[in-house]
Amino acid sequence: MAEVTLVEAARLAALQEMRRDPRVWVLGEDVARGGLFGQYRGFIEEFGAARIVSTPISESTIMGAGLGAALVGTRPIIEMRIFDFVMCAMDELVNQIAKIRYMFGGQARPAVVVRMPHGMWRNSAAQHSQMLESWFAHLPGVVVAVPATPADTAGLLVSAIRSDDPVLFFDPKNLFPLKGEVGEAIEPIPFGEARRMREGTDLTIVTWSAMVPAVEEAALTLAARGISADVLDLRTLWPWDERAVLASVARTGRLLVAHEAVTVAGFGAEVVSRVVERLGPARLRRAARLGQPRVPVPFAPVLEDALKPDAAKVVAAAEALLRD
Amino acid sequence: MNAGGDNRARLLALYGTMCRIRAFEETALAAHRAGEIPGPLHVSIGQEGVAAGVCLNLRPDDRITSNHRGHGHALAKGAGVAGMMEELLGRAGGHCRGKGGSMHIADFSVGMLGANGVVAGGIPIAVGAAQGLRLLGSDAIVCCFFGDGAINRGPFLEGLNWAALYRLPVLFVCEDNGVAAFTRAESVTAGPGVAARAEALGVPAVPVDGNDALAVDAAAARLVAEVRGGGGPRLLHATTFRLMGHTSTDPAAWREVGEVEAARAEEPILRLRAHLLEQGVAPRTLDAIEGDARAEMSQARAAALAAPWPDAAVAWEDVQDSGAVEAA
Ligand SMILES: Cc1ncc(C[n+]2csc(CCOP(=O)(O)OP(=O)(O)O)c2C)c(N)n1
Repeated sequence: MAEVTLVEAARLAALQEMRRDPRVWVLGEDVARGGLFGQYRGFIEEFGAARIVSTPISESTIMGAGLGAALVGTRPIIEMRIFDFVMCAMDELVNQIAKIRYMFGGQARPAVVVRMPHGMWRNSAAQHSQMLESWFAHLPGVVVAVPATPADTAGLLVSAIRSDDPVLFFDPKNLFPLKGEVGEAIEPIPFGEARRMREGTDLTIVTWSAMVPAVEEAALTLAARGISADVLDLRTLWPWDERAVLASVARTGRLLVAHEAVTVAGFGAEVVSRVVERLGPARLRRAARLGQPRVPVPFAPVLEDALKPDAAKVVAAAEALLRD
Repeated sequence: MNAGGDNRARLLALYGTMCRIRAFEETALAAHRAGEIPGPLHVSIGQEGVAAGVCLNLRPDDRITSNHRGHGHALAKGAGVAGMMEELLGRAGGHCRGKGGSMHIADFSVGMLGANGVVAGGIPIAVGAAQGLRLLGSDAIVCCFFGDGAINRGPFLEGLNWAALYRLPVLFVCEDNGVAAFTRAESVTAGPGVAARAEALGVPAVPVDGNDALAVDAAAARLVAEVRGGGGPRLLHATTFRLMGHTSTDPAAWREVGEVEAARAEEPILRLRAHLLEQGVAPRTLDAIEGDARAEMSQARAAALAAPWPDAAVAWEDVQDSGAVEAA
C-alpha cells in the first residue's frame, strides 16, 4: 500500500492496464507530454507514440477514432482533456458510441473509456467547470463512473479499461491532489456498488464525485451535534447501487442527496424518485436534494463560493430534514 | 486494361455486383411501396459504379464505413443479402436483429462497419479503425464512403487532417452526386470542391467519372495499392448522378424537367453493358446476370416477408453489460 494523490492513482491504474494488455492505448491532446494533469506522465517513454497518441484539437475525431479503433479490436482510452470539450464530440459519443452495439444488433462492442475531468476547479468559470453527469446517466448504452477517492478512481479505472461497455469516466479534477492508499496491484472495483463512508441512523446522505469530501466534513459536524448520518458514495451513476440506498433509507426514513451539479434534473432527482417509488411515503418520511442553483458557474471566487454546495450547506440541509 | 480472359471475368464480376445492387434497391422500393418496409429508404440507383468499382479492389479483411445511402456499399463488400433484406423489413434474422433498418445496415462479418444516419459520421470511425488496425499489426485498409454533403461538416476536415498526419491506411471515397438531399451541392459549397480541400490537407485526390465503372475500378486499384503500401491516405472523387429522390418518399419533383431522363443515358449499368457488348460478350450472358440478380432479390424479399418478427424481448437486449435494464 502506498499513499498517493488521486491523479497519481489514476496514472498507476492506466499504467498497470497498459502493461497488462497491449491493445490498450491512449488518444487525446497533449497526452504524450503526460496529459494536462500528469495522468499519463512517463507513458510516452514506456509505450511509444503508437500507443500514446497526442492528437490535433479535433474532439469529434478523438472520440470517433476511438470508436473506430475499438471496432477493430483495440481498447482505447479517449482523453477529453476537460469534460466541457466533449460538447464538440457529442455526435460521436451519443449517436455513435452509445448506439452502435444496439443499433447493429450486438455485432459490435465499443469498448472505450472516455475520460472527462469535470467539476469546478481553480476558478475556471462557465466553460471549464461543469458537472453534467446526469445527461449521460440518461443515455442508454453507457456506464457512468464518478469516483471521488484515489482507491476508487484507480479501481474503477481498471474496471473501465477491462469493460466491453463504453465507460464515461468522470475524473474529479478538483480532487486530484487528494491523497489516499492504493494497493500494489490495483483490483477492479465493480460498477454499481456504493461505498459506505459512514454508518448512521438518523438520515441517509447519498453523494458522489467532488461533493464527497464536503459531505465527509459535514458528517463529522453533524456527529458532533448528535446527528448520525449514514453516508453513501455511489461511485457510479449507471449502474447505481439502488439496493444500498434503499436499505439505508428503509432504516433512516430520511434522504438527502448532495451533488455539485445543478439540482434541477440532476441525478439526485432520479435517486429520490426511485426511493419514493420503492419505499413509499410510509418509509420515506422526508427527502431533499442539494446542488448548485440553475445558473452557470461564475468566475470570481466569491461568486463561485456563493453557488457551490459545501459542507456548511450539507449540514444545514441535513438539519432541516430532521426538523419535523 | 488488357482484354484477356481474367479481365473479362473481372468486368463480368463488376457488372454482376452493379446489377445486384440495382435489383436489391428496386426490390426494396417495391417492398416499401407495398408497405412491407417501414421507415424511409435512401437508394443509390444510378451510383452503383462507385460502390462496385471500389469494393472490387478490397480484401475481405479490409473494412468500410458508409453513410445513409449504404445498401450498395454493403452489398459490394459482401454483406449477406438475406440478412440485409430481413433488416429492411425489421425481421429477426436481419443483420442488426431488426434494430437498425436501412439506415444502419452493418455486417461486421465482412468488414462492413456500418451505414450511418449522421452525415460524415463514418469519417472519424474510419480513421480510428485504420489506426487500430495498424496498432494490431494488420495490413488491412479502411475505405470510407461519404457524399458531397459531408465535406461541409467538421469531421471531414478533422478526419482528413488526422489521416494525413498519421499516414493512415484510409481510402476516402466522395460519391459526388451533385446534390445533398434536395440541395444542389454547388449552392452550399464554397471554393473549388472536395479534391482541392483534400489536397490542402495533404491527402492526394484523384477525380474519376463515377458512372464509368471501369474507370472507378482502375483508379481504385491504384489508390488501394498506394494506401496498402504505406503511402498514407488517398481520396477518390467520384462524380455520379442519383436517379431517384432523396428518400423513397421523395418523387424528386424539384429536379429540372428532363434532367433525370438525360442522366439515364449516362447511367453506369447501361454504360458497362454497352462496353461489354462491344467486347463481344453475348447479350444473353448479360441478361442472365441481370435476371439472376433480380431473382435473387425477389427471393430474398419473399423469404424476408415470411421470416419471423423479432421477439419483443429483443428490444431490451444489446444495450450494455453493466446496468442493462430488464424486460418490462
Ligand atoms: C449531421 C446531419 N445533418 C443532416 C442530416 C439529414 N440528411 C440526411 S442525408 C442528407 C444529405 C446528405 O447529402 P450527401 O452526403 O451529399 O448524400 P446524398 O443524400 O446526396 O446521397 C441530409 C442533409 C443528417 N442525416 N445528418
